[in-house]
Amino acid sequence: MDLHAKTLTELAAGLDSGDYLSVELTQALLDRIAAHDEKLNAMITVTGDEALAAAAKADADRAAGNAGTLCGLPLIHKDIFCTRGVRTSCGSKMLDNFVSPYDATVVERLAAAGAVMLGKANMDEFAMGSSNETSYYGPVRNPWDLDRSPGGSSGGSAASVAARFTPAATATDTGGSIRQPAALTNTIGIKPTYGRVSRYGMVAFASSLDQAGVITRTAEDAARLLGVMAGFDERDSTCLDEPVPDYAADLGNSIKGLKIGVVRQHFDEGLDADCGARVREAIAALESLGATAVEVDMPNIDLSVPTYYVVAPAECSSNLSRFDGVRFGHRAKDTGDLFDLYCRSRGEGFGDEVKRRIMTGTYVLSAGYYDAYYLKAQQVRHLIADDFKRAFEDVDVIAGPTSPTAAFKLGAKVDDPITMYLNDIYTIGANLGGFPAMSIPCGFVGGLPVGLHLVGHHFDESALLRCAHAYQQETDWHTRCPEGFA
Amino acid sequence: MSLDKDQVQQIATLARLKLKPEEHAELVDKLSRIVDFVDHLSAADTEGVIPMAHPLDVAQRLRQDVVTEPNERDRYQENAPSVTEGLYLVPKVIE
Amino acid sequence: MTWEVVIGLEVHAQLATRSKIFSGASTAYGAEPNTQACLVDLGYPGVLPVLNEEVVHMAAMFGLAVNATVAPRSVFARKNYFYPDLPKGYQISQYELPIVEHGELFIEDGEGNEKRIGITRAHLEEDAGKSIHEGLDRSSGIDLNRAGTPLLEIVSEPDLRSAAEAVAYMRKIHTIVRYLGISDGNMQEGSFRCDANVSVRPQGQQQFGTRTEIKNLNSFRFVERAINFEIERQIDLIEDGGAVVQETRLYDSARDETRSMRSKEEANDYRYFPDPDLLPVEISHEYIEAVREQLPELPDAKRHRFIDDYGLKADDALQLTMSRPVADYFEAAVGATGAKPQLVANWVVGDLSGALNKDGLDIGESRITARDLAGLVTRIHDHTISGKIAKQVFEAMWSGEGTADEIIEAQGLRQITDSSAIEVVVDKVIAANPGQVAEYKAGKDKLIGFFVGQVMKETKGQANPGQVNRILKDKLSG
Repeated sequence: MDLHAKTLTELAAGLDSGDYLSVELTQALLDRIAAHDEKLNAMITVTGDEALAAAAKADADRAAGNAGTLCGLPLIHKDIFCTRGVRTSCGSKMLDNFVSPYDATVVERLAAAGAVMLGKANMDEFAMGSSNETSYYGPVRNPWDLDRSPGGSSGGSAASVAARFTPAATATDTGGSIRQPAALTNTIGIKPTYGRVSRYGMVAFASSLDQAGVITRTAEDAARLLGVMAGFDERDSTCLDEPVPDYAADLGNSIKGLKIGVVRQHFDEGLDADCGARVREAIAALESLGATAVEVDMPNIDLSVPTYYVVAPAECSSNLSRFDGVRFGHRAKDTGDLFDLYCRSRGEGFGDEVKRRIMTGTYVLSAGYYDAYYLKAQQVRHLIADDFKRAFEDVDVIAGPTSPTAAFKLGAKVDDPITMYLNDIYTIGANLGGFPAMSIPCGFVGGLPVGLHLVGHHFDESALLRCAHAYQQETDWHTRCPEGFA
Repeated sequence: MSLDKDQVQQIATLARLKLKPEEHAELVDKLSRIVDFVDHLSAADTEGVIPMAHPLDVAQRLRQDVVTEPNERDRYQENAPSVTEGLYLVPKVIE
Repeated sequence: MTWEVVIGLEVHAQLATRSKIFSGASTAYGAEPNTQACLVDLGYPGVLPVLNEEVVHMAAMFGLAVNATVAPRSVFARKNYFYPDLPKGYQISQYELPIVEHGELFIEDGEGNEKRIGITRAHLEEDAGKSIHEGLDRSSGIDLNRAGTPLLEIVSEPDLRSAAEAVAYMRKIHTIVRYLGISDGNMQEGSFRCDANVSVRPQGQQQFGTRTEIKNLNSFRFVERAINFEIERQIDLIEDGGAVVQETRLYDSARDETRSMRSKEEANDYRYFPDPDLLPVEISHEYIEAVREQLPELPDAKRHRFIDDYGLKADDALQLTMSRPVADYFEAAVGATGAKPQLVANWVVGDLSGALNKDGLDIGESRITARDLAGLVTRIHDHTISGKIAKQVFEAMWSGEGTADEIIEAQGLRQITDSSAIEVVVDKVIAANPGQVAEYKAGKDKLIGFFVGQVMKETKGQANPGQVNRILKDKLSG
């Protein structure tokens, strides 16, 4: 019985009809992780004992007729989510010894619905990176080609779903960290509207951009999980009290008449031609399902990346000040005075990319530069958000490529931060404007997956999921499995 | 180079980061490139544009003034590198 | 050269909420270290601030009380700096858009004239924790119980011209926040403190001199002394050909001097920016009007009413309205007696205040209730006892011996108003002092006091003094 190949929805049905127990399922996936993760390095922590205990409880609950919506279903959490009693490293030496005393709201809600956490996924340090190479725990390898990156920062989440360690993983997205790895690993990745899912318990990178979401293999599974994660949380001031639609029920609705905007600027010379062709084909497929496509113009979108690389580092420089070696986290040995304690604990605890971002952020906020960089970026951010809003006056979703290229070789871009940053050129706009966005497997180039990127209007994740579901009914890209992980 | 060694040191001091000499040299180069890159923003016409600090255009929600958090000091201090009698310890601070 | 002093104050009033500004931890004072520091206060990874509605309410009350604009939209910002008592490495405060702007209040200047002091702004922010140095060898200990306690920082215009004015201004703010019930104003516990910006300039010069900031003054006395020291220091410095350096200084109360607080690492660069974890605070016109409706009577209005309605002397009205519980006590006592309000005021400002001070009690802890004090004053008013006896009764009441009536009864202190009884004593006194009688009759009028004293002594003070006087004068002139 190849339980690992099944989707969350299929597993739910199997558990419901008593074909297998959650304990058996959990054990099978734990075995699989143990057998294959040496190749991928997708996991930072595997919580086998806790998982089996949770699975046993789920089985008992189900037997007693108390099955929650995710009762006994396995998943992996990105190691950015605080998990009570379990190390929460955020991919950093700084938090290598950190055991969270509390659960993130996302973790709490999924657990309350009966989900079983298998472990914590590898990630770029503090979610800063697009290749998973900034992790203190080493890079994650792409199951489609072990010499290549699975993307980042949610590289461990994406790789573990692609490699069938789990049908689903949580992830976070500040500039593309869910969608780019999803595109590079042939998985679905959805970043909901900013304010849709609570950020409480998610270690903050850039607070005005961060949003939690999921990586799965089908839109159906994503809808199922998102329905549990989304919704008001009194512990997060930026989490809105908006009604959460029944995403799973909405999936069946047709996309006939849906208007798709294709951003002219997203098909320029920066995009790999073959990837562009796959994306065009996918858009054509959506049209054949009844949608109509029109070209839209977003004159300021080209400034997304520089805008992001002011706003995100500015917020991160402040968010990461709490890591000072006093109350938790890495503390340097044999320090002299307080200043030395701070500088050495932080100097040793943070990796290169995190330091670069903290430095960039400190610089753009400092006296004399604030107006030229930070304030200017906030203004351009407004222009970019307005580009989207203007487009959404005419169209329901915006479509384009998720990433300029398919998966790149590990080490290929580490020496040039700008090249690395440009990986997120198509995804960042949605974060700047707080729009929901998604990547959907849409074919291959040279044996490597390509993603179709969709952006929706505020709080309209349903439109994205509906498109993805309709597309997945007609195509089988998402069922393709990397060699060696079938 | 848009940033020099001294500027980088000044930023590192402000950010409380101790840099090894090789890190310092590399940061002069990489930060300069990043700063040059974000300088593209200066070309944008932002005359009269309101800075956007947040994607949400809504007001702050308020919570009721009630005490909800019990004392969990011991549990919270399990992560602390150095604690005595409930106090977090740091090298002596002189004012 | 004559120098003009220019002072601006930044008063920090801790708001009297039950829970912290951004978390549900208690704000109670004096708990064991770090037992009231929850995950939000500790700046744990992943936690987020949620604003306490009561701090917004309190700030709005203050704004209205000082005739300021309560901002329809205000924004929280992060002030970034590293310090062990600041867990997140930034303080959440308000910077460009504070909740209160353009207020004013009135104090009395040196000549007794009313003087307007502008209030530039008042903004909400979180307090830091405390560093403890005693008893720890080469370490400092950090207690974060106070971290996240709500503060209202009230910034004045540089309108103050002397240490005395600064104190009067600070007292006025103190009175207002306690009237509003938004701060306990407890200075020992650090709930009410201020920073003073001080500069001097030659009389007549328009441009301000270079200022220094004296940090963390936590008593009215220290404010006065620190500013006076600083004024003298600056003038001496300039007159000796030096120049004032813009810096932060600390007042050392033991030595009664201010000294420079030089931070060795760097000049501060706080890198303020809007806190992305919090959204703009919006306050509607309706909300402001509802707060205005519920605003209590403020000290100035009450003082004027006490003068107009009760006919109190201005000084007494000021004394009585400095604190709302005292004013309330006074009014409760007035309501319970038919005696003149001024008579009640005399007792509250006089003997009662003295007794409270002596025992270190607040009016709320008074051993004599307003009703019982009214009982005492009523007995003076209806001549049951004299003012002098009343003091004796007051002492007994303070010691817990009962109400005025009970004590008067038990100790037989009722005033003698029977003329024939007084006449008997007067006759006795005249008979016993022939020498003095002769002198009096020879024109030494002042001796009347001696005779009155003798009569009062014989009657243990219970004779009605007016009657004694009259009868004595009759008999002696006879």
